[in-house]
Amino acid sequence: MSAFLVASPVLVPLAVALLTTLLHTRPRLAANVSLLGGVALLACSLALLARVLADGVQRTAFGNWPAPFGIEFVVDPLSASMALITALMGVVCLVFQRSSADPAPESPTLHPLIHALLAGVGGAFVTGDLFNLYVWFEVMLLASLGLLALGMGRRHLDATLKYFVLNALGTLLFLAGIAAVYGLTGHLNYDALAQASSLVEPLRMLPAVALVCLAFLIKAGAFPLFAWLPSSYHTLPAPLLALFAALLTKVGVYAVLRMLGDVFVVTPDIAYQVLGWIAVATMITGVLGAAFHWDIRRILAFHIVSQIGYMLLGIALDSEAGTIGTIFYILHHIIVKANLFLIAAIIFSLTGSYDLRRIGGLWKTRPWLGVLFLIPALSLVGIPPLSGFWAKFIVVRESLAQGEFIWTAAALLVGFLTLYSMMKIWMQAFWAKHPDEQWTPPSDVRLGPAWLATIGLALITVVIGLMPQPLYSFAEQAVRAMGVSP
Amino acid sequence: MSWFLAIAIGAILAAGIFLTLSRSVLRVVIGISLIGSAVNLMLFASGRVGSGTPPIIDEGLQVLAGGVNPLPQALVLTAIVIGFALTCFSLVLALTLKQKTGASDTYELRDAEPPLGTDGKPTVLEDSQR
Repeated sequence: MSAFLVASPVLVPLAVALLTTLLHTRPRLAANVSLLGGVALLACSLALLARVLADGVQRTAFGNWPAPFGIEFVVDPLSASMALITALMGVVCLVFQRSSADPAPESPTLHPLIHALLAGVGGAFVTGDLFNLYVWFEVMLLASLGLLALGMGRRHLDATLKYFVLNALGTLLFLAGIAAVYGLTGHLNYDALAQASSLVEPLRMLPAVALVCLAFLIKAGAFPLFAWLPSSYHTLPAPLLALFAALLTKVGVYAVLRMLGDVFVVTPDIAYQVLGWIAVATMITGVLGAAFHWDIRRILAFHIVSQIGYMLLGIALDSEAGTIGTIFYILHHIIVKANLFLIAAIIFSLTGSYDLRRIGGLWKTRPWLGVLFLIPALSLVGIPPLSGFWAKFIVVRESLAQGEFIWTAAALLVGFLTLYSMMKIWMQAFWAKHPDEQWTPPSDVRLGPAWLATIGLALITVVIGLMPQPLYSFAEQAVRAMGVSP
Repeated sequence: MSWFLAIAIGAILAAGIFLTLSRSVLRVVIGISLIGSAVNLMLFASGRVGSGTPPIIDEGLQVLAGGVNPLPQALVLTAIVIGFALTCFSLVLALTLKQKTGASDTYELRDAEPPLGTDGKPTVLEDSQR
């Protein structure tokens, strides 16, 4: 039973992907099975998290090959929480798909690909083997390529190409990094690597570690290799966009955290310094890119890049508090970012466009949507008492405590510029008059599932904001379970 | 043997990067699959080359003496299969792009990110054109 639970973040979505493929002739049934499968994954992930919190780290080695030889799945509190939030995002995406706010085209490959993506993300979170991580990255890449090209329009294919080139190069860099790491240490298992790599001279190990981390930084959308993200995400339909925005870049951040915090613990300080400056450049370029755009999706896509900077900054601080900040930030950000994209889709279905120059007048007709938008938007900026305030507070406080004043100043400045973008969306979409005088919100849109998904996520944001202590304690416990260097 | 392999990896990598930097979509796709081949060779070399003895432990012995390292070969096999799938996908993508847009030059592929409007601001993405 324990072995099944440990493998469930991969097994359940793969089984659902298979089932929905077999049911391709009965699309309605396939959609229902897909949603049920998402809920089953959520239940398994909850049970897994409860098990990890009660009994400590869970391990399963496959094929009767014991640990440094066979492939192992290792679930510590960090992995379990990531698997849980992946399942939650899967359910939210599948619920939102049932509304008429910019849903994905119901193609026979839609549900199998969504679940294959969930399997890839879940596998990357629970695996304890470097080469196995590469395999899950490839599963994720292939599934996301399929989802990007699903619309088959010119815009989708163009975006797929741009997404493909940089991501394929990133994956190949990762493979080259694996070769270097294996050549130096002779191991691929995380625990064995942690021991073996500490015996290699740190400066000889550094290029291999840097190669692996560079690959993850491409996946995370860090400066200067984030170009694939803002040039492709906005072509996705809303539920898939929310799923991509919530999970894919965060897998990259998680992998950097796992490598530097758990596997290659004796990495020299210079690597953390470089990572800190990359984080600052990521924050600033992302937020400036967002300020230029008028399409809500493109603004929010650039904000993913900018927020990734904060998560990387927490890792670059190389301390317990910094890592707690990163974990808190990832969990808060996944919920907030997905919610913003979903609310943007509701705005689109009511006003008819994603472009801020073409819309307006929502405050008069749908004031509650304005309030709903402000919750994740202000949380993203970091206004107390919402979840983003605490996430930023932990990272910024630690950065100040370490005397990194330039990094701190950049983090605070980027917060102000984020406020500018969010207010731009709010002023244009809600406060300003609609450019078309005759416009009234259409009444024939089916928004029930969309409200359910967005209000649910907003509630989580508010609860984390009002009661940050349980999540903070959890992040603390997750860091202590990892081998973070003192 | 290691030197020969290193030079071969370098040459294939250089050719792959040269092709990937090209503006033609097909060249980019072929370039990426060439870089993939170079990386596969690198993975193969990480297990040390030299011995050609099968990795079978003789009866009565506990350790493998002088055999090749089988693990990198297993890894390369996995990477080749995945790389093959990616190459197939990217070739079909390049072909479909050519059919749908008539363009195989990346400068002409501006559908996802249209050029700026005359006022210097981004043009509106019409969602009816999806």
